[in-house]
Amino acid sequence: MTTAVLFDNVSRHFGAVRAVDRVDLEIAEGEFFAMLGPSGSGKTTCLRLMAGFEQPTGGHIEIFGETAEGVPPYRRSVNTVFQDYALFPHLSILENVAYGLMVKGVGREERRKAAEDALAMVKLPGYGGRRPGQLSGGQRQRVALARALVNKPKVLLLDEPLGALDLKLREQMQEELKSLQKSLGITFVFVTHDQGEALSMADRLAVFNEGRIQQLGTPEEVYTRPKTRFVADFVGSSNVLTAKLCRTLGLNASFASLRPEAVAIAPPMNGALSLSGTVASRSFLGATNRIVVEVEGARIAVASPATRGAPAIGSPVTLSFAAHDLHPMEDA
Amino acid sequence: MTIVAESFVLPERRGTAGRVSDFFWRHPHVLLAVLLGPPLIWLGIVYLGSLFALLLQSFFSIDEFSGLINYEFTLATYRQLLTDANLDIILRTVVMAALVTLASAVIAFPIAYFAARYARGKWKALFYLAVMLPLWSSYLVKVYAWKLILAKEGILTWFVDKLNLLWLLDAWLSLPIVGGNSLSISYTGTFIVFVYVWMPFMILPIQAALERVPATLIEASSDLGGTPAQTFRHVTFPLALPGIVAGSIFTFSLTLGDYIIPQIIGSSRLFIGQAVYAQQGTAGNIPLAAAFTVVPIVIMGAYLWMAKRMGAFDAL
Repeated sequence: MTTAVLFDNVSRHFGAVRAVDRVDLEIAEGEFFAMLGPSGSGKTTCLRLMAGFEQPTGGHIEIFGETAEGVPPYRRSVNTVFQDYALFPHLSILENVAYGLMVKGVGREERRKAAEDALAMVKLPGYGGRRPGQLSGGQRQRVALARALVNKPKVLLLDEPLGALDLKLREQMQEELKSLQKSLGITFVFVTHDQGEALSMADRLAVFNEGRIQQLGTPEEVYTRPKTRFVADFVGSSNVLTAKLCRTLGLNASFASLRPEAVAIAPPMNGALSLSGTVASRSFLGATNRIVVEVEGARIAVASPATRGAPAIGSPVTLSFAAHDLHPMEDA
Repeated sequence: MTIVAESFVLPERRGTAGRVSDFFWRHPHVLLAVLLGPPLIWLGIVYLGSLFALLLQSFFSIDEFSGLINYEFTLATYRQLLTDANLDIILRTVVMAALVTLASAVIAFPIAYFAARYARGKWKALFYLAVMLPLWSSYLVKVYAWKLILAKEGILTWFVDKLNLLWLLDAWLSLPIVGGNSLSISYTGTFIVFVYVWMPFMILPIQAALERVPATLIEASSDLGGTPAQTFRHVTFPLALPGIVAGSIFTFSLTLGDYIIPQIIGSSRLFIGQAVYAQQGTAGNIPLAAAFTVVPIVIMGAYLWMAKRMGAFDAL
């Protein structure tokens, strides 16, 4: 398998601010890779390092085996879908999509055809004559995608492209992006702060915090076996069990993670671990009830199917879960 | 006194001010009319009215013998306007205005670009100060200062001499049309002073236009393969064009109408402004002065129409 993007000990410092700090990363060709993290975690700076808008202050970047440092953005076969779409307001949709071909000297007729094909691919055929101001947010997003893809980039970078869309549209675009990526076979690098988006779309993902990668792996690995407290907290709000509770459960670790949906409010079956506490709060989330139980001064969230009902606040309950759902973590 | 209200509706404010506020809140259109009335009356009657009166004057003629205005509709004054001597004045002024506008735009753009893209905080304040500062001093003082700077014994000639480039200056001044005995009595001098005096009116609109161009558009162009030159040509420049056009309206029309700078600095040949001044003052030929005044209005109208046709306002 070819490596599409390689980060070797890459840093990008702005004065005293370490936006990206000694990051190692390897993205395979044809992979859908997500970079997940809160704002200011360094994920967008990593994307900008790939696009060439930023240059690393340390380390080495390779894209398809070629050194990327010192190569200006306009000489990289990498295209970006910007968070605000960055469509040219003075050009028509067709001219926007054909822009990359135009500056590369592709003939008028050829680029018109390529742009129309790209618009058809993002399901906006016949929109070429309009202006960006006449389109909705979702349509502009598709145009931005077409404008990047028409150049047949080796890597497509997406900077929170779905952030400004409403929920329904976002879910629809997630599916479309995913299938588009599969059919084109282009490497997608996707930046998001939405863990659900990262988990559902990515082949692999990197969780960023404070300029560093906290964990790198498949969505399943990251979700079920968070390596650090930060990942446990950020990716799907796992319960973080302190050393004291770990000892109660006979586990020798300073921290352990426990998914809310892995816990049941029921007496333990054979071999299961159990804790008892009192219900502190409950809220109805549609398919599930989120019940927070206070156990030895700590709070453990339980995602319980709504059909089971929820115990009253203050009532004593027994929590049970399988031993393999309890994952020891590093303290970070 | 307590701020916590006893009931949902707070008591009415007392006094006239309170009643006026309530009234305007209920009738927002009245407020708009009150605010816009005076300026509209000013624009409509005082400004447009006098412009119309002026236009009207240009269709009268002057009795050659008595020097009195003949209040009969005639195109004779326009016929007079189109004589060779007067066309010469118009051509001279328009060419000067066009060159001044072009030079201002070329000089102003990098300054405006720096201010919009790179200057932050203290540098931005310094930029505004540097651009606006010349506007704080009297126009006449600046023009006379330039006369001294450009004079044969002036600092500019001295400086050119120190650079051992006096031969170049002499060669330039020996050229026809643009040359003269010294810079201060040549068209070159007039041009330099025009460019200097109107520069802020070009810089500020361009800067405002560039400020509104999001940085991501520049990045997007670069990302799509546009070299810096291509990005400038296809993105930055088109988006700054409304600002350039706005600035050029200032520099162009101000040059078309100015009658002081060419009088103090330059050859003795007239510009439109001077011709208007001479016709309505010394010569007492108000109709011809009015006809001269119509020329810049027509030119500016044509210019704006052309700019619109070329899509200069598409990005607005």
